[in-house]
Amino acid sequence: MKSLVGLWEKNKMEDKEKKQDSLYVKLIPYFEKYGILLLLVIMILVMHILQPDVFLSWRNVTNVFKQISWQSMLALGVFMVIVTAGIDLSVGSIMMLSLMILAIVAKAGAPWFIVVLVPLFAGFLCGLINGLGITLLRMPHPFIMTLGTLYIFRGTGNLISGGTPISGFTDEVRYLGHGRIDLTWLGLEKSQYLPVSLVLIAVVYFVFWVFLNHSRTGKWIYAIGGNPSAARASGINVNKILIIVYSLCGFLSGIGALILAGRTDSGYPNAGLQSELDAIAACIIGGASFFGGRGTVLGVFAGVMIMGILRNGLNLMDVSSFWQQVLIGSIIVLAVYVDVLRRDFGTRK
Amino acid sequence: MTSTNKLLLEAKGITKYFGTITALENVNLKVHEGECLGVVGDNGAGKSTLMKVLSGLYKPSAGALFFEGKEHVLDSPKDSQNLGLEMVYQDLALAGNLPIGENIFLGREPTKNIGFLKFLDFKKIQEMTSAHLEKLKINVKSADQKVEELSGGQRQAVAIARSTAFNAKVVIMDEPTAALAIKEVGKVLDLINKLKSTGVGVIVISHRMDDIFTVCDRVMALFQGTNFAESQLDKTSRDEVIGWIMGKK
Repeated sequence: MKSLVGLWEKNKMEDKEKKQDSLYVKLIPYFEKYGILLLLVIMILVMHILQPDVFLSWRNVTNVFKQISWQSMLALGVFMVIVTAGIDLSVGSIMMLSLMILAIVAKAGAPWFIVVLVPLFAGFLCGLINGLGITLLRMPHPFIMTLGTLYIFRGTGNLISGGTPISGFTDEVRYLGHGRIDLTWLGLEKSQYLPVSLVLIAVVYFVFWVFLNHSRTGKWIYAIGGNPSAARASGINVNKILIIVYSLCGFLSGIGALILAGRTDSGYPNAGLQSELDAIAACIIGGASFFGGRGTVLGVFAGVMIMGILRNGLNLMDVSSFWQQVLIGSIIVLAVYVDVLRRDFGTRK
Repeated sequence: MTSTNKLLLEAKGITKYFGTITALENVNLKVHEGECLGVVGDNGAGKSTLMKVLSGLYKPSAGALFFEGKEHVLDSPKDSQNLGLEMVYQDLALAGNLPIGENIFLGREPTKNIGFLKFLDFKKIQEMTSAHLEKLKINVKSADQKVEELSGGQRQAVAIARSTAFNAKVVIMDEPTAALAIKEVGKVLDLINKLKSTGVGVIVISHRMDDIFTVCDRVMALFQGTNFAESQLDKTSRDEVIGWIMGKK
């Protein structure tokens, strides 16, 4: 009799364990998906506690969004490339070249709608060159092709501009980077405006979220990152998809150039210097895996925000930019270590 | 199953050169409805090359492919898929980061139109996947499970399910049990038998005599890129087939 009770107790305990186990297992996917947002929220809270008057003020928040506006475009482009298990080191140079072309075309007196379209087209072409090089020239790794074009595009940008800044654009050209949406009709003050660049980020990120998650091409981009030979065997034209991905990445860098033109009112030789590394960092912090096939648009946005808030918050607190570098670097290592742990966890070998 | 069933796929005089290397020379192959053909041979005998020719991945240097009596030239795996000829690869051509359903329909995803844009129809993918897995009696938790979370046998089952999701008439399997735990081999072999009973012609490349003698009706051996021997399964023995692999008759 005693042993029966014991058995019953034991069963009960096992059931309990099972329940906990399944709850735990159920939580993992959510943590995987939204864990990075949690980190973002925590960061915002910490910054708010440290700088209660300034950090969450309208002015500072819009400032953060304005600062991350062009980086967020580069990061989104690099993200798509990373999903295919590739890399694009040339986004900063693509942006600089597109910006210089924009500046030259603007100075030549072209109508504003041409000036606005030119960087998008130039960025797209640069990306296309990357894509064609990687696929047609059969470069052993995208790293090499885009390392080459990192130099080529920036060099070209300096050649066509003579290496000097070209300033002064019309308001139409500057609208996306500098425009303000007045909110006084909502009863807000004049200083509480919505930056156009914030709306642009939202629209572009939404469009690319739909593209990556709800279109066949988007699904194939993930499939190529997961297993390129599976994609090929499924009849997917892998090279074509890669060319599309690198071209879109260039196109997004072109949008970045347009935003930067608006923000700075100038095409300058140092534009986007080392920004490719920031873009890669944002993707990695946001949970994109270098092995390909993993990561979300929302995660990249969170990654960009985390870097932006970190810089902004540390600036507000007057912390030296050297410390910012140390901190961002540490976050990258930490984020990737979490990715490693997750892989150990999630997959069966 | 006998050769009186309808002839599905026939390869005649297939020859394939890679530069100066002759991988295949004048190889013939036939497979009928509901029949399983075992293809054996040592490493380098030309099995994989032959399968890649059949699936349209390689173009033969000479020879012709006939499908249901009609000659076809295959330019890509897409062409062979359109004919109803599917390949299950040795390295399990699945993307681990995608769910089961999306793997099964990879490259052929059902879409729905919203305006002039095409969007993936996830509901349809899930329904079709569940129905298809049900039909083949493949047990997985759900069609939404990622493939990397599955065991080797489950992955192989998904790969086979993938190959038959579009009314395949001939399924070619390259070492379908090579990477599996012993207890999972039986399940995969059962699945092959189930395919045969639905009238699919199956070609199995395998080193394992157990596999060949469990599911095949006929066995052919390649040796140094040529047809070496062929027999109905009930008219041969394991030892004889092993001899063929080593080039002894």
